[in-house]
Amino acid sequence: MALNPKCVGTTYPPAQPYPVEPQAIRRFAEAVGDPAPVYTDPAAAQSLGHPDVLAPPTFPFIVVARAMEEVFRYEDIGFDPTYLIHGNQRFDYTRPVRAGDRLVTTLEITGAQTLRGRDVLGLRADLADADGSHVVTTHMTFVSLSAVEGGERDDDQRDDQR
Amino acid sequence: MTTSVTISAEDVEIGTELPARTVTVTRTDLVRYAGASEDFNPVHWNPRVAREAGLPDVIAHGMLTMAVAARTVTDWVGDPGAILEYRTRFSKPVVVPDDEHGATVEVHGRVAAKLDDARVRIDLVVTSGGTKVLSEARAVVRLPSP
Repeated sequence: MALNPKCVGTTYPPAQPYPVEPQAIRRFAEAVGDPAPVYTDPAAAQSLGHPDVLAPPTFPFIVVARAMEEVFRYEDIGFDPTYLIHGNQRFDYTRPVRAGDRLVTTLEITGAQTLRGRDVLGLRADLADADGSHVVTTHMTFVSLSAVEGGERDDDQRDDQR
Repeated sequence: MTTSVTISAEDVEIGTELPARTVTVTRTDLVRYAGASEDFNPVHWNPRVAREAGLPDVIAHGMLTMAVAARTVTDWVGDPGAILEYRTRFSKPVVVPDDEHGATVEVHGRVAAKLDDARVRIDLVVTSGGTKVLSEARAVVRLPSP
């Protein structure tokens, strides 16, 4: 399996809407150890001017992961996800994700490179609400730790993913 | 506990330090995060697979570390909705040993730039065991202007 550099620019059809449930937000906030009431108490969120409880800033990533499972296949682009780690992650928010959102994610491949014998995949995801208005865009890279055929693994640089 | 926005754009200067935080991450935390995020990548819970992948042991989800670091900013600004941009590179893994102590993640933040429109850039320094685990970790937030 070899990562196909020609996949860059591929866009995917929008994923099914992801309904943001208050209980999913609560579970996520607990899992990241953040007890801020704005994530669980509608009155606290409203006191800050939000119509309902907010999701923590990194919550959109799980919406993207769900969308990837639905529309994206690593094997189609020759990327081996057996040993997968995250390279980098960026969020650009128009507004915070909140309970009641029905987020539609559209994915695009933005990068496909082999660096130091490892495949690095770049993705962009645009999340819009049910009415089509933009909520957040994320950019991310994933690194396959599986050895590339003919590639060299540089153990000194093993943990320095770009 | 009352949530309130207490920082305003006039209050901060370049170099203003955010309250530092020290957070413990145990194997249990990784399992809880895996469930909440539906990320069941075995390098975050299975030592055998982690070693097969060339890692020293089970590592924390990068997104968990990123979320832990985000709280330093959201606690300070008071409203997570004030975050306009948040980014990082996962430069080194947070290795989580199989004991009751787990790994320790330290988060420091400071105001690195004052931008237009009451926005400031926060630069975060996130380390575990003295090693920088996130690099170029930055958030841009909009502060209330009085």
